[in-house]
Parts: sequence; structure tokens; C-alpha cells
Amino acid sequence: MSTIETSASPQVQHLRHGQAARDIPSPSAFDLFRIGNFEVANRLFVGTGKYQTYELMQQALDVSGCQVVTVAVRRERLVDKEGRSLLDFLDLSRYVILPNTAGCFSADDAIRVALLGRELLEKQGNRGAGWVKLEVLGDKKTLLPDPVGTLEATRELVKEGFTVLAYTSDDPRSAVRIKEAGAASVMPAGSPIGSGQGVLNPLSISLCLELLKENDPSFPVIVDAGVGTASDVTIAMELGADGVLLNTGIAHAKDPVKMAVAMRHALEAGRLSYQAGRIGKKRYATASSPFEGVISYIPGE
Amino acid sequence: MTIRVNGQDREVSEGTTVLALIEQHNLTPQKVAIELNRRLLRTEKYDTVLKPNDEIEIVTFVGGG
Repeated sequence: MSTIETSASPQVQHLRHGQAARDIPSPSAFDLFRIGNFEVANRLFVGTGKYQTYELMQQALDVSGCQVVTVAVRRERLVDKEGRSLLDFLDLSRYVILPNTAGCFSADDAIRVALLGRELLEKQGNRGAGWVKLEVLGDKKTLLPDPVGTLEATRELVKEGFTVLAYTSDDPRSAVRIKEAGAASVMPAGSPIGSGQGVLNPLSISLCLELLKENDPSFPVIVDAGVGTASDVTIAMELGADGVLLNTGIAHAKDPVKMAVAMRHALEAGRLSYQAGRIGKKRYATASSPFEGVISYIPGE
Repeated sequence: MTIRVNGQDREVSEGTTVLALIEQHNLTPQKVAIELNRRLLRTEKYDTVLKPNDEIEIVTFVGGG
């Protein structure tokens, strides 16, 4: 075993944040956007499912920076009730609750659940009473949306006065049909719910965005489902999505709190990068340092 | 008489109201929503007296995405 001779090591240069860097004003990724009558600044919507504890969920929501959190409607457990309820762990004055219709496989059931969710939020006096994240699913294995049921439920819920945010596949034509049915926002899936596969088909998402926003650029489109890690959020936002809705990506991360921070930054990075406008992709390199004045031999010249 | 509560048969006495049923289960009316025979029942109607074979759903919020 030999030890490294430290005395001969060069002195380490610590490069810390300069004062100037901190003083540069930062453009905001949090310009308001509207969904029906709801105005939202933070574009990350976070689910409340699958955390190990309610306390962990609270911390993750807190550091994610989100304003909107999703919840599900379920039967009360009448036997062996633990006595702890999700509502006791959500600051209802801070978060706008977006109830979902997860677990519904028909338009009728989704409408029932939406009505129950609205009733619950009205009782709590939460601003989320009146909007719903509509899910009408096809089967339990893929959790992919049933396009026909989604359309039917959208029409009915709009008649009932709901602001409908409809979960759909990344099929651009389905997305357009759902908008035409009266949805206030269309939420194409990046990949199947909870799969962590990210945005599997960026082309489809960008076509959804293009068709939904044609002559209606402020129509809100939120990429919902499939986020596995922070860069997935950035990719969705860079494509031009107005927001991202996720749950498992944070809740099942090894460190959900740290991942929630990462998601917050990823969203901001993606939004700013979309606003800034990315460069085009080129086949060949373009030098950042000028060739004019080089003292070197250049091959082929 | 028998009614169905959250998918399970329950025996309740004649004249039981929806509110009484909620309270029997130690639940807070403010934190649940109720469906009676697949139709939403608003809070102001919790004095409704249950009938045999009524189907009632008592729901609340749980974590979800």
C-alpha cells in the first residue's frame, strides 16, 4: 500500500458563486396560465398517491412548489379505520385540489365520481370545487384511456358545469375531439400511468400541441402520466406543454423529497428553454471558437 | 332491515337516517360525500330516512394521481 504524497498536490482552486451571478435578474418560468376559470402560476401538478407516509407526501408537495394537487375519491373504510385521513394532511388553504376519476371504466361511473368529488370540495370550501381530472380507462393492465367513454363523460360533465381536464392518449385526433367536446384542458399521456417511461412519442405530443393550439394558443395542454425522472418533465415542457402532472415519479423515487425538488427545477428549465427557443439540429458541427486567426494546421486546407 | 353500505350488506333499524348512519360509523359529515342509490345526496338531505335495500356509498378523498 502506498499513500499519495499530498505535499506535492497542487492547491485546489475553489470556484464559488460570484456576487455578480446572484445579482442577475432571472426570467420567470411561472407566468400565469388559465384552465377555464382557474388561473395557475406553477405548472407542476402533483399527485398525492403512493407515498410511504402522509408526512413524506407533505414534504414532497411542499418542496415541489406545486399549487395544484390531485386526489382520488374512494369508499370510506368502515372497518378497521386507522383514523388518519388524507384531508388532515393537506393544507387546503394552500393547495387547490384537483379530484380525479381514477379507477372508472365507464362514462357513467366517472360522472358519479366527479359529482362526489365536487361535493367533497364544496364542503371543504376548497377552490378546486368545480374542476375535475377526468379519467375513463379501458382496462386495469394498461390504464390507457377509453376514447369513446372519455368523450361521453366530457360532454356530460361540461353540461354539469365542470371545468374538465381530460386525460387522454397521445393521439392527436382524440385530443382534438376532446377539446371539441368542451374540455377546458386536454392532458395527453407521455406513456402509461405509473410506467416511468417518460415521453415515449415526442412527435405525437408535439402534434397534439400543434392541433390543440391552432388559432387558440392559450388552450392549456398538460402532459399527464409516465414521468419517471426529472428530464422527462423538461422534455414535455420543451415541447411546449403548459404543464406536467405526475405522481409516481416522485412518490416512488428512492428519495421523494429530493426528487420533488428535481421535478421543480426540471419544470422551470423546460419552460424557460421552450420560451427561449432551442437551436435547430444540424448534421455537422459548427465551431464556437472562430477559425479566423488560428495558428494551427487544419486538415484538408 | 338490510341496506347496502359501501358494497356490503348492513342491518340498520327502521327509521335510520343517512346522518345517523354516518355518525354510527364515527365519520364526520363534512368529510364525506354520499350517494344514495347511485345519485349524489347533498348535505341538506342527510335527514333522508333509509329504506330496505337502499344502496349507499360513503366516500372521501384518498391519495391519487
